[in-house]
Amino acid sequence: MNLETSLCGIKLANPVILASGILGVSRSLLSEVIRNGAGAVTIKSISLEAREGHKNPTVIAFDAGLMNAVGYSNPGTAGAKKEFTGLKGLGAPVFASIIGQDASEFEKVAEALGGLEFSAIEIPLSCPHTPGFGTLAGQDTPEKTHEIVRAVIKKTKLPVFVKLSPITRNIGDVARAAEKAGASAITAVNTMGPGMIINIDAKKPVLGFRMGGVSGPALKPVAIRCVYDIYESVKIPIIGIGGIMTGRDAIEMMMAGAKAIGVGSAVHYRGMDVFKKICSEMSEWMYENGYESFDGIIGAAHG
Amino acid sequence: MDNYKKTELPEMVKITKIVYENPYVRTFFIGRKIDAQPGQFVMVWLPDLDEKPFSLSYAGNKTAITVEEKGKFTSALFKMKAGDKIGIRGPYGNGFTLKADACVVAGGCGVAPLANLIERLKNPLIIQGARSRDRIIFKGRFKGASITTDDGTAGTKGFVTDVLEAQLAKNKFSIVYTCGPEAMMKRVFEICERHGIECEASLERFMKCGFGVCGQCEADGLRVCKDGPVFPSAHLRKIKDFGSFARLKSGEKVAISDYAKWRCQ
Repeated sequence: MNLETSLCGIKLANPVILASGILGVSRSLLSEVIRNGAGAVTIKSISLEAREGHKNPTVIAFDAGLMNAVGYSNPGTAGAKKEFTGLKGLGAPVFASIIGQDASEFEKVAEALGGLEFSAIEIPLSCPHTPGFGTLAGQDTPEKTHEIVRAVIKKTKLPVFVKLSPITRNIGDVARAAEKAGASAITAVNTMGPGMIINIDAKKPVLGFRMGGVSGPALKPVAIRCVYDIYESVKIPIIGIGGIMTGRDAIEMMMAGAKAIGVGSAVHYRGMDVFKKICSEMSEWMYENGYESFDGIIGAAHG
Repeated sequence: MDNYKKTELPEMVKITKIVYENPYVRTFFIGRKIDAQPGQFVMVWLPDLDEKPFSLSYAGNKTAITVEEKGKFTSALFKMKAGDKIGIRGPYGNGFTLKADACVVAGGCGVAPLANLIERLKNPLIIQGARSRDRIIFKGRFKGASITTDDGTAGTKGFVTDVLEAQLAKNKFSIVYTCGPEAMMKRVFEICERHGIECEASLERFMKCGFGVCGQCEADGLRVCKDGPVFPSAHLRKIKDFGSFARLKSGEKVAISDYAKWRCQ
């Protein structure tokens, strides 16, 4: 089965993309993920200055998913420029993920990474556990989304993807604001929450930041609904993320309206080769059901 | 291997006994049986403070970690008493492979995971190094260890690598296991390469998740928490960072000596 697809003019060998925040700290790990079948990879988000992030525990797994409050640890634009060199040699497109506390910081980060060989820039306006960024800074409103997207597209020729929060009340409105501001695609969704897990013997929340973003299977039905809503609201393509573990999950996300699929937490449950596994399961399902391409699958649940 | 039910949450367990190994190092026994391969580690959580990885120095019927007081986290641990509780999750990572005709080279606190290994091996040659007499850990735990100290206050004055060279000149081993300061492990590995002997080294990097998803502890595409912490020669040859670079909490890659200084805070 041929799983080739394209996203904003970027050719992908398959639609399964490494989501930002999982494994994407180094060029060599990105290379490993590509070797394990990812059609594209997204780096861990980069801010202007280096950040240490929150105290451990930062990532835990509970019965129905993962919860994290890493707090955007990253080596800043200076570290990123040293780390992410020669990306064209990796064999699959690499997407940058950039963060800022306001529009001008986003601009500066976009500019600083301009010389690297990224194929697109993702801007998450949706992190639920880092003060100053994402939902905790109110970046998930249609107004802020519009302002930040406008600022970033002025500084780059690359396609800009906007990553949205599942807790936003009218996610379709935010997607529309992003599209109107010139975004090339919507990435949906970021982790949900924040949530909290308390260890009753310690009488303390487990995560160092006490609360964190929920991902994995617990997020899937919410993510599917968000992508479904966004598909009704915009024409630009959607990268569907949230609890995708299997080929069937990926097809479900496509039927909700996603053109491509992001995978993160599933690395924990199925190993780094989960990308290959999802691709072969998608192929199998498509073969059994008489599909030769994704036409007829994307958005099939609408109408 | 697919496993959809994998939870990774700390459980509070009692410290049952604390053994003072020397003025700087204590062994904390915990009231939980953990089936682990020698070389595997657990994440230790002190609520409201932090969580850090420690390899098991005893596993099976007795479970323990052996800790040197270095920074904020270990100081807090050193204030704890038998009966107090700490959070534990794991075990994580791979372990050492168990082979006959082995030589074990330990430096400083690196003896912790190796001690657990030594007790599962048949008559290994043990070379244990410390800075000085008062820094030796597990005195009397294994018989016949060749002790070296940097200052000559116990055993032979010099380095474990000198003893290893001398041993390899006259004896044959199928494998050399090592854990200790990374510069030492790098020298051990280079000696093994020169003699064509397989080596397994246990690496240490700053960790977050401990189960292979965050990428923080990566070294040239390998996750120390999941693909390691024990790496065979084939991997050690590939890891360009080995003995040279490691990542700070921000993910910034720095010289391993700067990393070691930062880790003591």
